[in-house]
Amino acid sequence: MENNDIPAIEARSLTIGYGKRVVQKDLSFAIRSGTITCILGGSGCGKSTLMKHLFGLYRPLSGDILIQGESIVSASSEEDRHRIMRHFGVAYQNGALFRSMSVAENVALPLREFTKLKEPEIQAVVQKKLQQVGLDGFGSFMPSDLSGGMVKRAAFARAMALDPAILFFDEPSAGLDPISSANLDRLILDIREQTGATIMIVTHELPSIFTVADRIIMLGAGAGGIIGDGSPADLKEHTDSDFVRSFLNRRTGDPAADMDNARS
Amino acid sequence: MSKSKGIISQVGEATARIFQNIYGLIEFTGEVVSGIGDAFRHPSRVRWRETISCMNRCGADGMPVVALICLLTGVILAYHSAVQMHKFGADVFLPALVGCTMVRELAPLMTAVMVTGRSGSAFAAEIATMKVSEELDALTTMGLSPVRFLIMPKLIAMLCMVPLLTVVGDFIGIAGSMGVGVMELNMSCETYLQLTRQWIAPKYVMEGVLKSFVFAWLITVSSCWCGFRTGSDSVAVGNATTRSVVTSILLVVLGDAFLAKAFSVIYEIAD
Repeated sequence: MENNDIPAIEARSLTIGYGKRVVQKDLSFAIRSGTITCILGGSGCGKSTLMKHLFGLYRPLSGDILIQGESIVSASSEEDRHRIMRHFGVAYQNGALFRSMSVAENVALPLREFTKLKEPEIQAVVQKKLQQVGLDGFGSFMPSDLSGGMVKRAAFARAMALDPAILFFDEPSAGLDPISSANLDRLILDIREQTGATIMIVTHELPSIFTVADRIIMLGAGAGGIIGDGSPADLKEHTDSDFVRSFLNRRTGDPAADMDNARS
Repeated sequence: MSKSKGIISQVGEATARIFQNIYGLIEFTGEVVSGIGDAFRHPSRVRWRETISCMNRCGADGMPVVALICLLTGVILAYHSAVQMHKFGADVFLPALVGCTMVRELAPLMTAVMVTGRSGSAFAAEIATMKVSEELDALTTMGLSPVRFLIMPKLIAMLCMVPLLTVVGDFIGIAGSMGVGVMELNMSCETYLQLTRQWIAPKYVMEGVLKSFVFAWLITVSSCWCGFRTGSDSVAVGNATTRSVVTSILLVVLGDAFLAKAFSVIYEIAD
């Protein structure tokens, strides 16, 4: 059983980047279990990079990341790291479904690889997951036969296949029409309600943020660290940062001044 | 405007890049070898359905073009040889010349070049596209090894199909040369085949087959490696494909030169 005192995800003095290039430094935050957190920030500020570090794709330059109390950075072996990584599911920006496999095969893949379920049981789980994301009857379709919104739903289903405690969604609404985007927001809320999973989302879509997020973590440009942290309503009205307020109220501003503010 | 680099620093950077690439390829080869060990220990974890589909694409689908190239190679080699040999009354040596050259060198080499163009480039493009579309990242975050998941089926398929294609190429190349022998030198089919059998020792056929195993390995590993180390845009996919063909053909020719010498030394020792 999950211990609710232990944060689902915790970043401690995290510095992230590629090689010698620092993208963000000294990030510290803790995400409570069962919440939906959106990571926000201007283009190129390192939102997706932060997420990729959190789910263990990249190693941070310094600092630590704890998934349900276990460090993914200092895991003693690759097997240990993979065991921790199985706590979460990831849906990438473009779905990242394997194009040589059907939708059902994509969802079944983690079940075949990491469980001892028999084939009829796997098919039953796949069916259930596809129903959950509204893709019932599309299991035999190839990813190339699906619309953008359906690909994202299928990616959600694959991410949820092993019933992970944590779900990461990278730009789930990007490139979707407003109705598909709203449907996806509804789906994210349904997933949280049905599974109780902790969900972390990187997105730019303000309507989505105000619909789904319990908490926003806003990153500043130029390795500016966290410049806003709180509930969407609080940050929209009561933040000290002009940049955060402008961003959340979708106001225009002088780009240079915005950048300076973002760094402050 | 940035100051252009001096020739020495350009040469230095290019040299460092070459050594980095060699190091990367060796490291990647190590991962593949470890993947093979894993496949032997846990055969059920190999994606056999994908392997068979890959065999179909590399082998059955590639057969017509390999057959055509080997047929034409046999015909061209036989034609040019026949003209010269006829002047010296050495017609009877045509089957030996063409047969030995085909089974020891040309069938394995031409098959490898065609397989590089068809399958090697496809492997590189497939893996590079997967990298661009974050499918490789998805594999890694799911805890699946890209080597086991993507390379093993391709490697097993290539190790099975390239030697088979080479043997088919041997037969068809010899058949092409026989056509020239019959039409240009008025030899009978029976005589031609008898002379061919007389001159082509089984060890030469084995030499060609062994070479084709090495070529299959080189093509698969270098093509997949080029796919894995691609950039993150569509232009990079094209570059990875081009690089895979150039690297594979270069490695195949280098490998062939090395093996030709190695086999001649082995024959000398054995004789």
